[in-house]
Amino acid sequence: MRVLGIETSCDETGVAVVDDRAGLLAHALYSQVRLHAEFGGVVPELASRDHVRKLLPLVDQVLAEAGTTPAELDGVAYTGGPGLIGALLVGACAGRSLAWAWGVPAIGVHHMEAHLLAPMLESPAPAFPFIALLVSGGHSMLVEVQGLGQYRVLGETLDDAAGEAFDKTAKVLGLGYPGGPALAQLATAGGPGRLSLPRPMLRRPGLDFSFSGLKTAVIIGIRDLELDEKTRADVAWEFQEAMVDVLVGKSLRAVEQTGIRRLVVAGGVGANRRLRERLTGDAAALGVEVFYPRLEFCTDNGAMIAYAGMLRLKAGEAASSSIEARARWDLETLRPPGASV
Amino acid sequence: MNILALDTAANACSVALLTGEGVIERIETAPRKHAATLLPMAEDCLAEAGLTLKDLHAVAFGRGPGSFTGLRIATSVTQGIAYGAGLPVVPVSNLAAAAVAARRKHGWDQVLAAFDARMGELYAAAYRFDRAGLPVPVRAEALLSPAALLLPDTLGAWMGAGSGFAAWPELGAALGLAGCDPAVEPVARDLLGIAAEAVAGGRTVTAAEALPVYLRDRVAWQGGAGRHRP
Repeated sequence: MRVLGIETSCDETGVAVVDDRAGLLAHALYSQVRLHAEFGGVVPELASRDHVRKLLPLVDQVLAEAGTTPAELDGVAYTGGPGLIGALLVGACAGRSLAWAWGVPAIGVHHMEAHLLAPMLESPAPAFPFIALLVSGGHSMLVEVQGLGQYRVLGETLDDAAGEAFDKTAKVLGLGYPGGPALAQLATAGGPGRLSLPRPMLRRPGLDFSFSGLKTAVIIGIRDLELDEKTRADVAWEFQEAMVDVLVGKSLRAVEQTGIRRLVVAGGVGANRRLRERLTGDAAALGVEVFYPRLEFCTDNGAMIAYAGMLRLKAGEAASSSIEARARWDLETLRPPGASV
Repeated sequence: MNILALDTAANACSVALLTGEGVIERIETAPRKHAATLLPMAEDCLAEAGLTLKDLHAVAFGRGPGSFTGLRIATSVTQGIAYGAGLPVVPVSNLAAAAVAARRKHGWDQVLAAFDARMGELYAAAYRFDRAGLPVPVRAEALLSPAALLLPDTLGAWMGAGSGFAAWPELGAALGLAGCDPAVEPVARDLLGIAAEAVAGGRTVTAAEALPVYLRDRVAWQGGAGRHRP
């Protein structure tokens, strides 16, 4: 089975073709980050407008790179939610209509399900069950994954998402928007001892996160500091260590509580090098296997949508011609293909 | 000539199919259901005509101005159908379609079409109908304040059509219009004449070139950005 995947839930237009035997055939991404940078955040109307312009050229490019003709496609998958409704509608309307015109089935994929399953595009791929740490600019959660469509949210953030905390702290340090990756880069030049930051909720039982206080602690902590380059790097280092301590600590706690000894990391913050380094080290010490998607599939992309959609299409699931996109869509309401809701 | 037309720019979601035997149409007015109803309505029209996408010569869509999200629904569905079926596309102005709708309803020859664009502004354009019964723009479409709206300097009576005249009830009299109908709202059927003529004249675009025309291009202000990142 060969499936075209389309992702337009936020500010990246992603398109890919995945084949159940040959794997990933081609993928392309257009990021709108620069478009939104001057506004300090994603402007939904601008995002939607850009998706409409970029989507078909990307489809054209990806089909050509995959060496695939539309006649060889067996289905189309598009992000059905959650996300920005105007942006989602662009991909859902175009994707569903492409499938309609091609006479193949289509499916609206849950964006977070696709993130959870993204590491399965890699080799070795994790087997079910596994624990997934999903950390991005919009989400921070620990999910127990028993199989396709069998998800239990073990914990999630009570306020800011992990990526959001990175971006906001980066802004405090004058690193622009979105500054998370720049903060991580700056931290490589830093070291310990400049200020002491809390590890929010790490000592408390449970698997929920809270990150907004960490940003505030940085703001208060740097008040009396001269913010030269070295100090900023040290502050970035301290902040990143605090984040990583919490994420690693809670992830391993989830492993311990469930007895599931496979850990999957997904979402944009999953690209953070320090997080990967620490998780791999700490998990290995406990005999826990850790799986990551390749760096480019941590952030939003079409490949994960094509892959998750293919799993559901193969199981016989398909969307009607009535196009649907949902801004909100609870991950736990998903079911395995074929199961009654 | 067989043309499928889609419009979701305003309150109604509509599909119309032009065939050698006439026009088949479906119209539904269900807020926020445009995406859900569009393809099933197109399926209905094709089935009733006994046609498939292979029998079509082009897809037409209301490319705006109108509701931003609505324009993108028709645009994206049109892109998908046209790319998937290898069909050329005719983007049609919704103001021109409103002039057609006004002529269909009232028989008017000169129509000033104006939609309420919110924020104290109008989308407006003026059309005169040619001998073939198609609208020819006399004043190009624009986003402007009601005070900036002027009647074309031509002979004959001008009539007003569209939601702009409901938002500004005194506008028709202030402009010296001979009459106006704020209830005129175009549907997909009103795109067909313009589209057929464009297809006959070779004035079509590719699926990827099928894009909305918003007229309002300033939509973001620094500091007014949303924060949501899925």
